[in-house]
Amino acid sequence: MNMIAPKRSRLVLVGNGMAGVRAVEEILARAPQTFQITVFGAEPHGNYNRIMLSPVLAGEKTFEAITTHPRSWYEENEIELIAGEPVVTIDRAAKTVTGALGTTRPYDVLILATGSNPIIIPVPGHRLPGVIGFRDIADVGTMLAVAKTHRKAIVIGGGLLGLEAANGLLRNGMDVTVLHLMPTLMERQLDPVSAGLLKAELEGRGMRILTEANTAAIHGADRVGAVELKDGTRLDADLVVMSAGIRPNIALAKDAGLACNRGIQVDDGMRTSDPAVFAVGECIEHRGAVFGLVAPLWDMAKVLADRITGTAETDYVPAITGTRLKVTGVDMFSAGDFMGDDTTEDIVFRDARRGVHKKLVVRDDKLVGCVLYGAAADGSWYFDMIRNGTDVGAIRDTMVFGPSIAPGAPAGVETLPDTAEICGCNGVSKGTILAAIDKHKLTTLDQVRGRTKASSSCGSCTCQVEALLGLALGGDYKAAPKVKPVCKCTGVGHGELRKAIVARQLKTIPAVMQAMGWTTPDGCASCRPALNYYLLCAWPGEYVDASASRFVNERMHANIQKDGTYSVVPRMWGGTTTAAELRAIADVVDKFQIPSVKVTGGQRIDLLGVKKDDLPAVWKDLNAAGMVSGHAYGKALRTVKTCVGSEWCRFGTQDSTGMGVALEKMTWGSWTPHKTKMAVSGCPRNCAEATIKDFGVVATEAGWDLHVGGNGGIKVRVTDLLAKVTTGEEVLEYAGAFMQFYREDAWYLERTAPWIERVGIETVRETLADPATRKALHERFLYSQRFSQDDPWTDRAQGAEAHEFKPLAEVS
Amino acid sequence: MDGRTTIWMDVGHIDDIPHLRSRVVSMPGCDIAVFRTADDQVFALYDRCPHKAGKLSQGIVHGTSVTCPLHNWVIGLADGQAQEPDEGCVHRVPVRVREGRILLGVGQPSGVAA
Ligand code: SRM
Ligand SMILES: Cc1cc2nc3c(=O)[nH]c(=O)nc-3n(C[C@H](O)[C@H](O)[C@H](O)COP(=O)(O)OP(=O)(O)OC[C@H]3O[C@@H](n4cnc5c(N)ncnc54)[C@H](O)[C@@H]3O)c2cc1C
Ligand code: SF4
Ligand code: FES
Repeated sequence: MNMIAPKRSRLVLVGNGMAGVRAVEEILARAPQTFQITVFGAEPHGNYNRIMLSPVLAGEKTFEAITTHPRSWYEENEIELIAGEPVVTIDRAAKTVTGALGTTRPYDVLILATGSNPIIIPVPGHRLPGVIGFRDIADVGTMLAVAKTHRKAIVIGGGLLGLEAANGLLRNGMDVTVLHLMPTLMERQLDPVSAGLLKAELEGRGMRILTEANTAAIHGADRVGAVELKDGTRLDADLVVMSAGIRPNIALAKDAGLACNRGIQVDDGMRTSDPAVFAVGECIEHRGAVFGLVAPLWDMAKVLADRITGTAETDYVPAITGTRLKVTGVDMFSAGDFMGDDTTEDIVFRDARRGVHKKLVVRDDKLVGCVLYGAAADGSWYFDMIRNGTDVGAIRDTMVFGPSIAPGAPAGVETLPDTAEICGCNGVSKGTILAAIDKHKLTTLDQVRGRTKASSSCGSCTCQVEALLGLALGGDYKAAPKVKPVCKCTGVGHGELRKAIVARQLKTIPAVMQAMGWTTPDGCASCRPALNYYLLCAWPGEYVDASASRFVNERMHANIQKDGTYSVVPRMWGGTTTAAELRAIADVVDKFQIPSVKVTGGQRIDLLGVKKDDLPAVWKDLNAAGMVSGHAYGKALRTVKTCVGSEWCRFGTQDSTGMGVALEKMTWGSWTPHKTKMAVSGCPRNCAEATIKDFGVVATEAGWDLHVGGNGGIKVRVTDLLAKVTTGEEVLEYAGAFMQFYREDAWYLERTAPWIERVGIETVRETLADPATRKALHERFLYSQRFSQDDPWTDRAQGAEAHEFKPLAEVS
Repeated sequence: MDGRTTIWMDVGHIDDIPHLRSRVVSMPGCDIAVFRTADDQVFALYDRCPHKAGKLSQGIVHGTSVTCPLHNWVIGLADGQAQEPDEGCVHRVPVRVREGRILLGVGQPSGVAA
């Protein structure tokens, strides 16, 4: 039978952003085959999570990772995407829209979701190149490009967005000054006390912050050069980021004659003054209010979809919102009426030593607002009580300490309807989460995050998502085991510690211990070596190695044996040696009567049983023959094993020995989270056993296969293939980049094998596949090598650290 | 008192030992490890771990304890006792600091539990 499909209504969306695309999703969920959909977007790509631009700027996330709707999504849903062409006219009489390149589409229903624009303060000079807003990925690109070549950035506006921009620029190595008109930062989210703590924290990281600073003019010839304040101060600037607020983007709607005030005016059903035109997102004005956060958009999108599909006559009701600053290492949350008034009472908790400030605002036994600074983990718990209007009379006295101290407070998720929004950032409802848990048999928070995105952006709903897991799984759900602390001196885990050292610019062991609340005066034998490593990795050239925090072998630059003597292993580049070196070794053995000489499993020679006092003299003689420390004792680059390769072997395809020597010359001396071993084989027969090394190279006719994450020790693990490359330069670049990624990311005493098991080989592949990231990692590696390629034996042979080798006194 | 005299022997200046480190006074029989804490307390123990004779002088010093470099037993510097769950005790040597000089009390083994 041949049926002609009924002609679908034509739906056009203008604005391919967070609100518009969500509205389309909601419509598709209600009425899958009803509309023929076209999306116009001014930006030249699919939709992404705009709020995550800050982590992209700070280098913590990639653009791919924040893309929520790639082009394939539009194809799968049979949506026509016209990306990169803004709509310039709406002809309401003809019911058509036309883009800047002339593309015209007719509509039956039109949705405007044009978002908002950053306010560019019209001071003289505001049009100079180098003056930008912070709104889309193109702005991030501009900032990153300027940061590569220029030093000085000025951010106008110390609100949420401005500070996230300033932090990102700082992380990219710029000198950043924030100019804020008001006396305190983020006055719309923070009370003066927490604003003061935030200011101190950011200044501690090197940000310069001027409050009550009123911009008068921007100067510059062909691009921005300086900013002048009303009081006459002149500040040099290579980049000015204006972050003084946003304004609904209404130009198109206004031209089309739709009723606009501050935003495009809509009724409770999201309809504009033209019944065929709807509007949603930050471009709208609803009952006099305009918007600046994502959470309200999800509710709007639902109402709009209900109305357009004729599913229900729902109305948009504004709900309370909460905010979190996305600056790594700064823990803050604020929601509701946090300033209070005559009818409210404040409950305040302060711990100046830990930099914690919590303020709860209560009215008639209901929590109406909160500001949390320095300890915001309980934000979702408070937020929940604010949203639900929970009666807090019974826990009033203890709730400021958090839910663990004030139990019995209803979490409240069980009473919410399935449609209730749980995750504001990603707009995920209770029903969606429960359905996903059931359908995919999810049992952990991470799984729920992966499936539904709930709790994966700002994290403020984590508490509720966990409660839902508890509700769905009953006794089977155990809240995610708390991160394993580094040791008993602290509750902090390795990951958090590494982040904090970088983000908070902690540069000495005592500084870390103080900032992170260590409970012991000077740590223990577990945390001190870890801290020493994290610090030297984070601050190459700056951090002074704390030898008292090193395990004996690394302090002595030799391996302690069970009888208290030491072993000495000189480096033999790529397993190669010479007659002169062998002769010098033989002489040293005779001269110091070294009891044992052995060829190691790492293609070099071990001198065992050297007396502590003799070490400097032994090294001196080895140095004289050109040999340096093999770091056989260190969490460091150990050996690079090679086979004979194409120079001699009848199967050899490339010069594996030469490549091994080059790799070892580049990487020797580097400290790593655990020991690091390499090998290079000249053909796939793999005589150098490269596929059980941390970084293994196997030559092929076409070039080199690079393998990572192998381990031949206690638990054998075969490598994963990282990449196939053709030139020697690429091998070196991948090796340096891989080592640096491992150095910066792994936990102390975690070899590459367990590290890769933990983070996933995909993460490693993706990170290193990006040429810019790879290059940057490699450069950081080479930079840190500038400070670590001094032979430790040479200094000591010349008398350094003599106290290590000589007794304090001798009594006979 | 058992009537034996303690001889206080000057073995060096406190600054000869870096903070959170130890140095050895070599003696016939057994070396003595002299430790300096972060807050300048000085302790002395025989340089022999009660476990398998590891050199405590080569361990990492923290608080008033040292972690043995061989198998990570933690030994209290003040009492020479191994921390739970391990059991054992090292001989302590009396020590005093006078005007920066470190004095060891030799001739009377102390810490042999009475
Ligand atoms: C000397 C040597 C044995 C030999 O005579 O051949 C050796 C000796 C020691 N190995 Fe090894 N390993 C030696 C090659 C290896 C190899 C083979 C290799 O590198 O190709 C392996 C397996 C490959 C691997 O690491 O993936 C190996 C796996 C281990 C492990 C287990 C590591 C693991 O991840 O499971 C340990 C224990 C540890 O590091 O915690 C270890 C630890 C040790 C220590 C450092 C034990 C210690 O802490 O005192 C030994 C020090 C002896 C000394 O004082 O010199 N050694 N060790 C080899 C020195 C190579 C060199 O030139 O530097
Ligand atoms: C850096 C940054 C950080 C943020 N952090 C947070 C946060 O932590 N929490 C929070 O709740 N909110 C945050 N926000 C705000 C949040 O991103 C917005 O509320 C949300 O993106 C608004 O969605 P929208 O769809 O209305 O607008 P947008 O997402 O901006 O989408 C509008 C789209 O329409 C396009 N467009 C405009 N005009 C036209 C035209 N004529 N033709 C075609 N296309 C057009 C625009 O290019 C844009 O792509 C942040 C915003 C930024 C910029
Ligand atoms: S790896 Fe290949 S080329 Fe190298 S020695 Fe073995 S068989 Fe020969
Ligand atoms: S010898 Fe000290 S712990 Fe084993």
